Amino acid sequence: MHEMAICESIVQVLEKEAQTQNFQQVKTVWLEIGPLAGVELEALRFSFDAVTRGTLADQAKLEIVETEGTAWCLTCAKSVAVQQRYDPCPECGSYQLQVTGGEEMRIKELEVN
Amino acid sequence: MCTVCGCGEGQIKIEGKATHDHRDHDHDHHHGHSHEYHHHDHEHPHNHGHDHIHSTVRIQDYGQGPAGAHTPGLSQARMVQIEQDILGKNDEYAAANRRFFNDRGILALNLVSSPGSGKTTLLVETIKALKDTLEISVIEGDQQTANDAERIRETEVPAIQVNTGKGCHLDGHMVGHALDTLNPPAGSLLFIENVGNLVCPAAFDLGEAHKVAILSVTEGEDKPVKYPDMFHAADVMVLSKVDLLPHLNFDVERCVDYALRVNPGIKMLQLSATTGEGMDAWLGWIKTTRQLALTGHPPAAAE
Repeated sequence: MHEMAICESIVQVLEKEAQTQNFQQVKTVWLEIGPLAGVELEALRFSFDAVTRGTLADQAKLEIVETEGTAWCLTCAKSVAVQQRYDPCPECGSYQLQVTGGEEMRIKELEVN
Repeated sequence: MCTVCGCGEGQIKIEGKATHDHRDHDHDHHHGHSHEYHHHDHEHPHNHGHDHIHSTVRIQDYGQGPAGAHTPGLSQARMVQIEQDILGKNDEYAAANRRFFNDRGILALNLVSSPGSGKTTLLVETIKALKDTLEISVIEGDQQTANDAERIRETEVPAIQVNTGKGCHLDGHMVGHALDTLNPPAGSLLFIENVGNLVCPAAFDLGEAHKVAILSVTEGEDKPVKYPDMFHAADVMVLSKVDLLPHLNFDVERCVDYALRVNPGIKMLQLSATTGEGMDAWLGWIKTTRQLALTGHPPAAAE
């Protein structure tokens, strides 16, 4: 259940930001999650509700912005879209891909009180 | 609840000691920041002095951001933009561990696999083969019991058991604590045997030089594509228990092909810790890699 650990880390970041930026309550959290981040979004939503209970983010809304997976195909020498790690290049079928985007797991923005 | 790993209070034990005073403890290493191992998809020049965990913190005007309009006077809500990696805290701890290793010329290897792949057996045989020429220590991660650490100690090298409780992986913070206790000497070799799990340990950097994924031939040959994150994160894949191949339908070539799909750069080794087949190549890789870790540490290198 590492989605649970991820939510713990989110709350930890929120608590730290609450001190430095002087807010008491978080109403909405915007996350940016890539398809290659290894995060199951449904599990994340479930954990988020459970973990935030009784914290400054109790009842907070979770908004997830899904980013795109991209990789550099060594054969085509260009950037292509991928959804999974074992996807071949959609253009040439090669597996010689270097993942360049889609691993993000980031807190973008907060709505706070 | 532990805010680092998400496990329940007091669940993590480093051999008997509950270590849950995260805010008050001291590490004798610095929680500094090393840039080269952060996984950011954006590039920016690292020549400015800035805070750790890449936080570009700024408070925005009301009404900006996806929530749209906020009516002044009616709500005190405001938007706060924080660009922070969720696992930034773990990455900080991992960076501190990595600095600890670099400062002392220690080679740290993070062994990851599913339960029952033969990690501990491989480790015991590896230690037996190397302990006369190298100083070795081991951090053992399991949910419960100190059985593995005891098996390692039988080889007469220092080992420390970290019990993750309900947690499914070791994180940078637990390893930092274990290092405080273990205090591995300069120029030594440190094995970190992660919790048997092919999912979560992929995401948690511990500060190691390399992740080594161990896959036994009694498992499915398609594990690299079933658990692609782990095989993507690993630099080396060890195919273990190859002495059993004659009795199984395991297609080695296919397995290798799958691993290369998720990680074209992965190095592949085949061995059996029981018969010793292929062990030379594995030990050779460790010695060579350790030599690289010694770069810039002449006293230890001269040994």
